[in-house]
Amino acid sequence: MIALEGVSRAFSVGGQEVRALDGVDLTVNAGEYLSIMGPSGSGKSTLLNILGLLDRPTAGRYLLDGEEVSGLSDDAQAALRLTRFGFVFQFFHLVPRMTAAENVALPLTLAGIEPDERHRRVAEALEAYGLKDRAEHRPSELSGGQCQRVAIARATIMGPQVLLADEPTGNLDRHSGAQVIDLLEGLNRSGIALVVVTHDPEVGARARRRIHMVDGRIRADDGPGDGDTR
Amino acid sequence: MGTPGDARMSWGQRIAYAAAALTGHWGRSLLTLLATGIGVAAVVVLTALGEGARRYVVGEFASLGTHLLIVLPGRTETTGGPPPMMGVAPRDLTVADMQAVLKSPHVLRVAPVVLGTVPVAFGGRSRDTMTVGSTHDLLPVRNLTMAQGRFLPKGDPSRGPPVAVLGGTVRDALFGAEPAIGRWVRIGDRRFKVIGILASRGTTIGMTTDEVVIIPVSQAQALFNAPGLFRALVQARSRDSIEDAKADVVSVIRARHEGNDDVTVITQDSVLSTFDQILTALTLTVAGIGAISLVVAGILVMNVMLVSVSQRTAEIGLLKALGAKGNVVMGLFVAEAAVLSLVGALVGLVVGYAAVAVVGRVYPAFPVAAPPWAAAAGVAVALATGLLFGVWPARRAARLDPVAALARR
Repeated sequence: MIALEGVSRAFSVGGQEVRALDGVDLTVNAGEYLSIMGPSGSGKSTLLNILGLLDRPTAGRYLLDGEEVSGLSDDAQAALRLTRFGFVFQFFHLVPRMTAAENVALPLTLAGIEPDERHRRVAEALEAYGLKDRAEHRPSELSGGQCQRVAIARATIMGPQVLLADEPTGNLDRHSGAQVIDLLEGLNRSGIALVVVTHDPEVGARARRRIHMVDGRIRADDGPGDGDTR
Repeated sequence: MGTPGDARMSWGQRIAYAAAALTGHWGRSLLTLLATGIGVAAVVVLTALGEGARRYVVGEFASLGTHLLIVLPGRTETTGGPPPMMGVAPRDLTVADMQAVLKSPHVLRVAPVVLGTVPVAFGGRSRDTMTVGSTHDLLPVRNLTMAQGRFLPKGDPSRGPPVAVLGGTVRDALFGAEPAIGRWVRIGDRRFKVIGILASRGTTIGMTTDEVVIIPVSQAQALFNAPGLFRALVQARSRDSIEDAKADVVSVIRARHEGNDDVTVITQDSVLSTFDQILTALTLTVAGIGAISLVVAGILVMNVMLVSVSQRTAEIGLLKALGAKGNVVMGLFVAEAAVLSLVGALVGLVVGYAAVAVVGRVYPAFPVAAPPWAAAAGVAVALATGLLFGVWPARRAARLDPVAALARR
């Protein structure tokens, strides 16, 4: 589904070029579950951002279903993010003034979906994630685990094919973290490809395919996993 | 193009989002609303005062009669040249002169005026009163109204009957509670029958109509033993014919006075239009001062929007990560600026009109009224500056790099 070919991402820091990614080749198949691990500054998050079309490679090709997408306009990439990708962040990134339900509804609102259908889909999602009684609570009134579940509900409300999680348990206690991982793995079992960037070896080890990065390069890769190989 | 990514967020949804964001930091929003509101209220109140002053002056002049020419005997301008060997006294302006002027196609009505102060008496009561000799046409020319009875009858101005129309104060002084119509009063050494009472009009520029007695011009000339007129009021047919009427008056009088230009003609409308222009300019000036405060309010809107964008960087990054296009993000912030300035403008309108209403209550004689163009312009300027100054922060928001924006917490 996703193929990166010789992808590099260079930043210029103080006039010096720093390569966060340096010639990465990576294929992610539909329904795959892979973890990206490595020390700080190894380029894990940059890779995730490139995968999610949040960032553009400075060299190399990004093929999404065989189509080159790194040259698309910002708006075209935004449209792909809206429909194909879901993001889960370490710090949840919920909008503080909105209730849980409103946060989950945000992508639907951006997609211009009618209020009636929006309310129905949000209610379904909250029910499914065990947040029904938290619908009208604001993020400040929710626990960390609940916040991350709201964020996951938001990430999946548009029915994405790929879920990109950047340190999803990094800001949670052990128990809540385990719940969140269970939730993500459940989604993966339902067919959504799951890419998890993590520091936590325990979390990383759960993935069927593990990628280890050092200095912007993939040092170790278990190879394409057992997702279906379209 | 039917994918959800191409569907657009409606403006209703954008405004709802913006309104929620604004109430999220209501303290700051409120201050901006206040600034915009004060600006719009200032425009409304200042123009209402300017317009009130203009209406007051125009109203005062209109109550004297419209399209008026005032003909005075004697030339007030110095003609230069050596003084005449024999003293050439200006000729009298006569009723016959005025009858001749009436033949001009540009002249609608003519009212001769003879003035003098004589004792007016009824029973044992007597009162020195300004007595005006004129004709039936004085009523429409001076915009007078009757409280009771009739005005002077029509007919040959050189042979008026001995009848009198009294001002309200004169009537009260002479008759008290008794009925006055049909009674005979003594004016100077002649007797006149009271046929009407003037309606009170309060004090206007010129003289009060409450303290006069009006009698036919021929009676007044006999009473004062003066063949000439004090002045004559000429009413032109329309505003456009005033200048033609003035030329006709001058030429007719010159022909009748053997080539001497011995009258002075003043047009009331020229005085009025000068006042009108000055006061309109004044109104526009104060409106402009009000508009400056709106521009300041616009800059405040920009300030609030800039703070809003920098405080909500993470939110903008999130919106972009969720798939919001640049113009959608921009639309959200423009909607926010629009909501801020529109609500501020509406608050200003309410406050402004309330203030105008209070002024109208406190000074009923002063016709304050905010002209609709001022209210519309105030709201338009508020919205325009709000949007104009809101666009820049909104563009900044739209151009934020999502990765960098998300990294900020």
